[in-house]
Amino acid sequence: MSMPFYVAPEQVMKDRAEYAQKGIARGRSLVATTYEHGILIVAENPSRSLHKISEIYDRIAFGGVGKYNEYDQLRVAGVRHADTKGFAFSREDVDARSLANLYAQYLGTVFTHEMKPLEVEILVAELSDDARPDQLYHIGYDGTITDEEHFAVLGGDAETITERVGDSWQADWDLATALSAAVGALAGPDRALGAGDLEVAVLSRQNGRRAFRRIGNGELAELLPEAPAVPEPEAPAAPDDTEPEEQS
Amino acid sequence: MALPIFNPVDDPGPDFNSLLRKSGTPAIHQPETALTVRHATTVVALRFAEGIVMAGDRRATEGYSIAHRAMDKVFPADRWSAVAIAGAAGPAVEMVRLFQVQLEHYEKVEGISLSLEGKANQLAQMVRQHLPMAMQGLAVVPLFAGYDVRRQIGRIYTYDVTGGHYEEADFQATGSGGRDARTTIKLGFKEGLTRTEAIELAIEALFEAADEDVGTGGPDLVRGIYPLVAVVDAEGYAEVEGAQVADRFLALIERKRAERGGRDTRRGEPG
Repeated sequence: MSMPFYVAPEQVMKDRAEYAQKGIARGRSLVATTYEHGILIVAENPSRSLHKISEIYDRIAFGGVGKYNEYDQLRVAGVRHADTKGFAFSREDVDARSLANLYAQYLGTVFTHEMKPLEVEILVAELSDDARPDQLYHIGYDGTITDEEHFAVLGGDAETITERVGDSWQADWDLATALSAAVGALAGPDRALGAGDLEVAVLSRQNGRRAFRRIGNGELAELLPEAPAVPEPEAPAAPDDTEPEEQS
Repeated sequence: MALPIFNPVDDPGPDFNSLLRKSGTPAIHQPETALTVRHATTVVALRFAEGIVMAGDRRATEGYSIAHRAMDKVFPADRWSAVAIAGAAGPAVEMVRLFQVQLEHYEKVEGISLSLEGKANQLAQMVRQHLPMAMQGLAVVPLFAGYDVRRQIGRIYTYDVTGGHYEEADFQATGSGGRDARTTIKLGFKEGLTRTEAIELAIEALFEAADEDVGTGGPDLVRGIYPLVAVVDAEGYAEVEGAQVADRFLALIERKRAERGGRDTRRGEPG
């Protein structure tokens, strides 16, 4: 019979954190930022059907990076929580803060008690209304929860992307400007991302009760300054469409 | 409230009602005795060239007294469909609320809307689950109609208390004044009605139903309460503006008066 080796708790935590970080770093990143009509969420995602960004409730959206099956399970749990709460009480009683806390507790519990931590980072975004301001909660694989002020970046390369978004961020910028800055930040200086590589959605105050709306490929191609791979013969019309070039 | 995470084997899937049961908050409670509850209605639905029109009166009664004068009986089920209710008001409104959440819940969990047929079946299951209460006198009989986005037509479904549901070809009305409303629509219906004609026919049907049935409220000129009319077509669900409905009712009343030649009906004073 063999005795298990003693491993210091610090080491266990460190190993788990490293494991989770590695898993998350394998996936692509996600950027969320406030803009003039609400919150814009942009993720690098070549798939049209396996979404990283989804609707949770009237004014709440979900974003996940890392392992798809793990954050999708969290997404479904979020929809269930929100719908149950809204049904039991009232639609306005559903808020992002309590949902973000539940996610944080769950991720924290899994991180400390289970063999394998969840290899995900998630975002819970809530559009402001009269009672609450715009909110962006960033929750890490270990349950760390951060209330981000203007924008949030999730994923393996978050630090560099955060710097890039931070450099260009403006309060109340319009959708096209915010989108091209977010796409530029995700792509970095050496790459260019087209409509086909992106998943984009907004929580907009213009959308009525259900604020969440996906921006489809066609609309996205119009909003993006130009298709990077196949440049159009005409010069771009608007001067503020040159954001990605400035960064490269 | 805890985060509702389930094992794959007992995961409720996109079914909101079974989620409620699993999380210990059943949506439908059974009363111990039959009570005096709010009742009576006329709701109608009819098809026109591009979609459907649904309308309902606003009266709720408790026995022989009027319980509420401005009750909504026509609701958007989701963007592409509408549901109208007849029967015991409390459970009916609760059923609509559950149905609305169920459709949205499915759409969010699965990432795609149910088909119109699927929605109609969902509602049938809810009516069937309600049968024990219907046996105690709290029957709920909804009317469901919507725009089938895949086939690009308006479709109407009726229900009975047992959860049986039947697709109607052109129109249907239910509630205590349903018979009179149905007759009116039957006489005025033709293939390829325009949106305006369909709205007018629905309004006339409700007027006639209110004329014959004590449980159905007519236009309330004193308080300015008029039946609720909704249209579902390729643009989605839209309520017809209250002012527009009021105008049409007033025009209808004027027309009816003119048809009588301004004659008052009094005993002993023919002609």
